[in-house]
Amino acid sequence: MAKGIRDKVAILGMGCAKFGERWDMDADQLMVEAFNEAVGDAGIDVSQLDAAWLAVAFDAVNIGPSGIPLSMALRLPNIGVTKVENYCASGTEAFRGAVYAVASGACDIALALGAEKLKDTGYGGLPVRSRGTTFDMIGVTGSAPGNFAQLAAAYRAKHGVSKDELKQAMAHISVKSHANGSRNPKAHLQKAVDMETVLNAPMIAEPLGLFDCCGVSDGAACAIVTTPEIARSLGKRDLVTIKALQISASNGWELQQAGGWDGSYFHTTRVAAAKAYQEAGITNPREQISLMEVHDCFSITELVTMEDLFISKEGQGYKDVLDGFFDADGGLPCQIDGGLKCFGHPIGASGLRMIYENYLQLLGRAGARQRSTPPTMALSHNLGGSPIQNVSAVAIVGLADA
Amino acid sequence: MSRPTGILAFGAYIPQRRLQRSAVYAANAWFAPNLKGQSKGERAIACWDEDTVTMAVEASRDCLTGLDRSAIAGISLASTTLPYADRLNSGLVKEALCLETNITANDQTGSLRAGTSALIQALNGTAAQLVVGADLRKARPASEGELVQGDAAAAILVGQAGQGLGEVAATFLGSHSVTIDFVDHFRSTSAEFDYGWESRWIRDEGHTKILGGALKEALTKLGVTGADIDHAIIPVAVRGVPESLAKSCGIKPEAVRDSLSAVVGDSGAAHPLLMLAAALEVAKPGAKILLAGFGQGADVLLFQATAAVGRPPEQLGVAGHLARARQDTNYTRFLFHRGLLDLEKGMRAEMDEKQPGTSLYRNRKAVMGLVGGRCTKTGTVQFPKTEIGVNANDRSQGTQEDYPLADKIAKIVTYTADSLSFSPDPPVYYGAIDFEGGGRLVAEFADCSAEDVEVGRQMRMVFRIKAVDHARDFTKYFWKAVPVQKGDA
Repeated sequence: MAKGIRDKVAILGMGCAKFGERWDMDADQLMVEAFNEAVGDAGIDVSQLDAAWLAVAFDAVNIGPSGIPLSMALRLPNIGVTKVENYCASGTEAFRGAVYAVASGACDIALALGAEKLKDTGYGGLPVRSRGTTFDMIGVTGSAPGNFAQLAAAYRAKHGVSKDELKQAMAHISVKSHANGSRNPKAHLQKAVDMETVLNAPMIAEPLGLFDCCGVSDGAACAIVTTPEIARSLGKRDLVTIKALQISASNGWELQQAGGWDGSYFHTTRVAAAKAYQEAGITNPREQISLMEVHDCFSITELVTMEDLFISKEGQGYKDVLDGFFDADGGLPCQIDGGLKCFGHPIGASGLRMIYENYLQLLGRAGARQRSTPPTMALSHNLGGSPIQNVSAVAIVGLADA
Repeated sequence: MSRPTGILAFGAYIPQRRLQRSAVYAANAWFAPNLKGQSKGERAIACWDEDTVTMAVEASRDCLTGLDRSAIAGISLASTTLPYADRLNSGLVKEALCLETNITANDQTGSLRAGTSALIQALNGTAAQLVVGADLRKARPASEGELVQGDAAAAILVGQAGQGLGEVAATFLGSHSVTIDFVDHFRSTSAEFDYGWESRWIRDEGHTKILGGALKEALTKLGVTGADIDHAIIPVAVRGVPESLAKSCGIKPEAVRDSLSAVVGDSGAAHPLLMLAAALEVAKPGAKILLAGFGQGADVLLFQATAAVGRPPEQLGVAGHLARARQDTNYTRFLFHRGLLDLEKGMRAEMDEKQPGTSLYRNRKAVMGLVGGRCTKTGTVQFPKTEIGVNANDRSQGTQEDYPLADKIAKIVTYTADSLSFSPDPPVYYGAIDFEGGGRLVAEFADCSAEDVEVGRQMRMVFRIKAVDHARDFTKYFWKAVPVQKGDA
C-alpha cells in the first residue's frame, strides 16, 4: 500500500470569508476576502504560489467555467489554476490537489480555494439542474432534502428506531449546531433555537423539517499549503500537518445492486474513513480524534455519519447524539463552529471551511467557541451527491508532533 | 372453413381518482346553476402524469396479462386526444409494451367512433391485433362536458385461436357502419375544447335517427332480432337514450349495459371498448353482445361469447379498477392538472426538460420499456444495462442480455415525501426499490399517500409521464412505482 500523506504537508495559512447571504458581493470579492486572511496568515507574497486549485460546484449561477475566475480575482502570476468539481465534496477535492502537488515535490507552495455564490438563484436550497441526458430520462430529479431524507426510513427499519425517537435525535443535532453557530461571528445563522421550534417546523421532505436542513450560502474559504520544512523556514512554529486525506466515490453498487446497500448509511464514508485512519495511524478514532467537522447537510446525515466514521457503533449513533456526546462540551464535539447547518454551505467552500475550523481549533485560535480540552487531531468529512451515489472525503489534520 | 376471428382478450384502465361531481357543481353553481342535473355521481380523472398513451399502455398490460406479446402482429390506438399530431402514438405504446419491432401500428382518430372503427378494421383481418381506445378530453370549467366526461382506456386483443394467444372469448359475427357528417360537436386541430350544438337536436336527429337506424339495419343485416341480444352496449351518455334506442329495436331492457356514467363518465373513443370489456367480464358462454359506436355516423358490431369468456383472475379489468376508486373532491387540483388553472409553480419548476432525440433513441428500451440487463455469467440483474456489470466480483463486459422489469414486483428500500421539489401533485414520493429477482431503481411513486409507503412495502410499475418540455411541447415518459393493492397480479 502507498505510504500515504501523513505529515508530508503542512498548512501555512488559511482564510474564510463571512458566510451568508452576501447580497453585497460577487464571487470574486468573496474569494479575495478569504484569500486576504489566508495569505496574511501564511506570511507570504502571492508571487510565491506555484499552483492553485479552485473548487466550485454550480456553474449555472456562479462564476462560469475554468480556473480563470480565480486567477483573475486574485491576479495570480499566470500559474496553473485547476478548477475541480466533485459535488459538495469539491472543497476537499481542491485541497487534495494542492496537498498532492506539494507532496509530490512539484510545488513548494500551493493554494486551494473554494467559492460558491448561491444566493443569486432566487430561491432557497440548491439550484435545480440536469444530471446529464441519460440520467434525466430515467432518474429522479429530487431535491437534496428528499434524497437524504431517505436515510431516515431505512435507518428506522434497520435498527428498529421509532419515528419519534429518531426525530428527537435529529432535532438535538440541529439545536446543538445552532447553539454552536451563535458563538461564531462568521456563521450564516447565529441564532440559537430550542427543541420545540425544531420539532414543529414545516416539513421539507419527510421526516426532515426546516431545521433538519442546512441552508445554502455565499462564501469562500482557502488554504495555503507547503512542506513542513518550508513552513519552518518561513518562521512557523506550531505546525498543523495533514495526517490523512481520502476520497471515495460510489461506483454504482449502492444504486444498482439489489439487496446490497440497505439505504441506512454511506458506503463511501466507511471506505474513506477506514483508509484515512490507517493513513493517519489512528486505531481508536472515538478516543484519538479530538474534534470533528462533518458534512451535516441534514441532521440525519450527521447522525449516520457518526457511525460511518466508526465513532458510534452501528445503530447506536442516535443514543450518543441524545447523550450529548457530540455537543461542544461533550466527549467529541461535532460542528463546534455550527457546521453546514449554521456556519453555512457555500458548496465549493465547505470542505475548506471545515479544515479552516479544525486548523483554528488546533492552534487555539477559535475565540469564543474554542474547545476547552486542547485538541490534537481533528477530522473533517465532506460529502457530495446523495446517499445512494456520492463522493465522500475524509481529511484529518493535526498538530505536527501529534 | 377458416377459423373465426374474434376477441382473444380484453383489459381496462381507469385512473384511481374519482372527482365528485357535487364538488364541481358546488364550485360553479354561482355561474352555472343549470348543471345541477349533472351533479350526481363521480367521474374518473387522470393524474397530471397520465395521458392517452400512458392509459393505453396500462389497459394493454391488463389485457395482455400472461400472454405472449411476441405473437402480436399489430397495434391500433384510437383516441380523439392523442398527445402527438405527428409522432406515431401507437408506436409509443408499442415501445412501452416491448412488442416486436416487425408489427403494424396505426393511430385512429378524428371521431368518438374511432374505437369501434379500429375494432372493425382489426376484426375484418385475421392477424392478432391489439386495439386500444383511450381518451382524456378537456372541457371548459362549468361546462356539461366537464361533468359528463371521464378518463379511461380499454384494450381488446383481436385474432384467432392457434395464434399462441389463447382461445377466442367472443366470436365476431359481423358489423354495420354508416357515415354521415353530422356535426353535433366538433373540435378543430388547433382547438382545446369542443363546440357543441343543441342537445335536443342531437337526441332526435343523431341518437334516434342515425344511431337508432344503424342499430335496426345491423340487426337485419346480421340476421338477428333485438330479442336475441343479451348485452346491448349503447355508449350514449344521455339519460334514457340507450334504453329508448334498445326498446325501439326490440332489445330487452335488462340487456342494456350500464353506461358507467355514474362511476366513470364518458371516456370518448375508449368508451365503447370499455363497456365491451365490462360486458365480456360477466357474459355467459353463448351470449350475444351488440356493440355500438356513435360519431359522424355509427358502427354496430355483433359478437357471441364462447366458453372462454370471462375475466382471468389475475387481471384487474373494469371491475377491478372500479373497486379501487378513490373519491376526490379537490376540484382546483383537477383544473390545475388539466392546465385550466395557472397556479404559481415557483422557480423550481423552471428546469429545462429538453430531450435529445439521439439519447432517447439509443436508450429507448430502457426508457420506454423498462428493460434492464441480466449478466449471463453472474445472473446479476441491473437497471439500466451498462458495459461493465454492477456485480463487484466480476468485471465481465458486454455480457448483459435484455431483462424486462416492468412486470416485476418490487419492494421499497428507502423513501421520502418531498415537499420541496416541484411536482404538480405534491408532495412527490420517491425512493429506491428492489425488484423480485434482482435489479434496483430509484423511482418516483405514483398514486400513493403517506399510509401507502414504508420500507418493505410491495410496489408495481406503471408507465407515466415523467416530465413535459413545455418550451418545445415534448412529453417525456418513464416508469413509476405504485403500491401493490389487493387484487393486483
